[in-house]
Amino acid sequence: MRANIELTQVDGAYLHTGAKSGEVCCVGEWTLPAMARLEQHLNAFPWPDVGEITLNATAVRAMDTSGAWLLHRAIRTLEARGRSARLQGLQPEFEALLAIIAARGVSGSQARGMDNHNLLAQIGRRAWNSTGNALGIIAFLGESSLYLVRSLIHPGRIRWRPVLRNLQIAGFEAMPITGLLSFLLGIVIAYQGAEQLQRYGANIFVADLVGLSMLRELSPLLTAIIVAGRSGSAYAAQIGTMKMTEEIDALRTIGVVPMELLVLPKVLALVIALPLLTVYTDIMGVLGGMIMARAQLGVAFGAFLDRFDDAISLSSYLIGIGKAPVFAVIIALVGCYQGFQVSGSADSVGSQTTASVVQSIFIVIVADALFSVVFSWLDI
Amino acid sequence: MGQAQHAEAVIEIRDLNTRFGPAIVHENVSLAVDRSEIFALVGASGCGKSTLLREIILLQRPVSGSIRVFGEEVLGLSEERALPLRRRWGVMFERGALFSSLTVSENVGVPLREHTDLSDRLIDELAAVKVALAGLPADAGPKYPSELSGGMRKRAALARALALDPELLFLDEPTAGLDPLSASGIDELVRSLRETLGLTIMMVTHDLDLLWRTADRVAVLGEGRILGMGTMEQLSASDHPMIREYFHGPRGRAAREQQWNQK
Repeated sequence: MRANIELTQVDGAYLHTGAKSGEVCCVGEWTLPAMARLEQHLNAFPWPDVGEITLNATAVRAMDTSGAWLLHRAIRTLEARGRSARLQGLQPEFEALLAIIAARGVSGSQARGMDNHNLLAQIGRRAWNSTGNALGIIAFLGESSLYLVRSLIHPGRIRWRPVLRNLQIAGFEAMPITGLLSFLLGIVIAYQGAEQLQRYGANIFVADLVGLSMLRELSPLLTAIIVAGRSGSAYAAQIGTMKMTEEIDALRTIGVVPMELLVLPKVLALVIALPLLTVYTDIMGVLGGMIMARAQLGVAFGAFLDRFDDAISLSSYLIGIGKAPVFAVIIALVGCYQGFQVSGSADSVGSQTTASVVQSIFIVIVADALFSVVFSWLDI
Repeated sequence: MGQAQHAEAVIEIRDLNTRFGPAIVHENVSLAVDRSEIFALVGASGCGKSTLLREIILLQRPVSGSIRVFGEEVLGLSEERALPLRRRWGVMFERGALFSSLTVSENVGVPLREHTDLSDRLIDELAAVKVALAGLPADAGPKYPSELSGGMRKRAALARALALDPELLFLDEPTAGLDPLSASGIDELVRSLRETLGLTIMMVTHDLDLLWRTADRVAVLGEGRILGMGTMEQLSASDHPMIREYFHGPRGRAAREQQWNQK
């Protein structure tokens, strides 16, 4: 009764003009595999030019919902053109199928979302969304500060277990990659500087170059960017998925504030981890520079360290580390905020995770620039 | 059991064994589902009903045994060879498993776009037909799954399962989580699908109302074996303690009385 879906086994479905005037015969297997051709065939079919058309469907051997739909559509199209169509000879089970399709009152063409906005509307929408996003982050910052202050007043409410866990994941487990990258960065800086310095016979100043650039700028920035990519994105994806599966709502109903369980431990853990990681990447970066200085410029380790001691003030070192907690707060809050913005679909988890990384790196670099401006004002 | 006896069997399972580590899920399970039959698998939670379903639809592999669908052995079938089979069945998952980034009508259109060369217009129209067949209002088509209620999501999942006009339909808990009204809507839907499209339907369910109203035959799974198989009348007359417990609990009685009242 029903046709196989294999294309080869179907000899198609078609119409042909019948013997009597106004008669059209429907033939074949009106099932899914034949539908693409049948639709074209129907569109091009020369309907007899009479008021009443008889559709003789005795020769329809098989029919499924798609076939029934096309038949239904053909009849309706004829009626819309002011002809009447009478169906006869259809097997009872196909008749029932057709009746169901007709009874469900499908209009066929459903409105499919309004996709075509004009340019102005798009710009407006973008601007509106960005404003909302910026306000959202500020509101989120306010809310989380509130909870932070509250839990600092009552330290007993801080959940240390997730803090420690986050410390391990975001801090300790990030050591190999941050260490390696800053070591390489130290090498690159020393290498690039070596040629210039050698020209003036100022080989020993490689310690100034590597020390200042790593400690003040590059090492905190590099660490923050890696952590944003590693942990910020993970925060967004984790919270986003929890939001999708209604776990966040479940937490609320149990009486756990999601902010306290999910956001504060992450912020605290990163605020602790990022400065420590920065100290570590400082060391690795300078080590890389030292090795390169000896290889390229012949500056011995002892000489390098002596010069390093003279050239680099404590404030340079502290400025670099001082930025790290700020970066940490930015990364953790943006990651968590984007996680909470997830709505409904799996796509949304992806796009919010992307947004979390892009935004946190962007804000970190802007903040770094602001730091430079402020420090040069203060003349540090 | 000879082959001839089950010439019309759409699904034929023989001596199926499934284990998860030391836990035995199925032990020598054998059953056959005939063409145009509504066959239900019941049993306590965790007795391996859904596992059996997943094994038939090639999502999971048993340890040993044989599963034939449309006369073809599905165990050890390559992805390439499995594709024609997959097109002949539709699956409705317990939690819908709708693609969350697509609208309902796009969801229904996915199998059509993937496996046919129909025009976009016809695909949209057929999707609308399936959406209507599954009992959803027309304005549900452009909505995203996250905007639908649980019952509507189930219906949307059913619409997608019906997209390719399958010969065989698998329903995993079709009424779980639905209000009684929607659930009885599903009852009627299942019956009318079989009557109008001649579908063979295999479902996993706990819903005794659904069983009484639709199922031709029911297999009770328990302790890794099939404890009983037959019509609802036969099973409710069974004196196996676990089957009795299942069908003669307070809910079972209520469902049966309701069935009798209707008759």
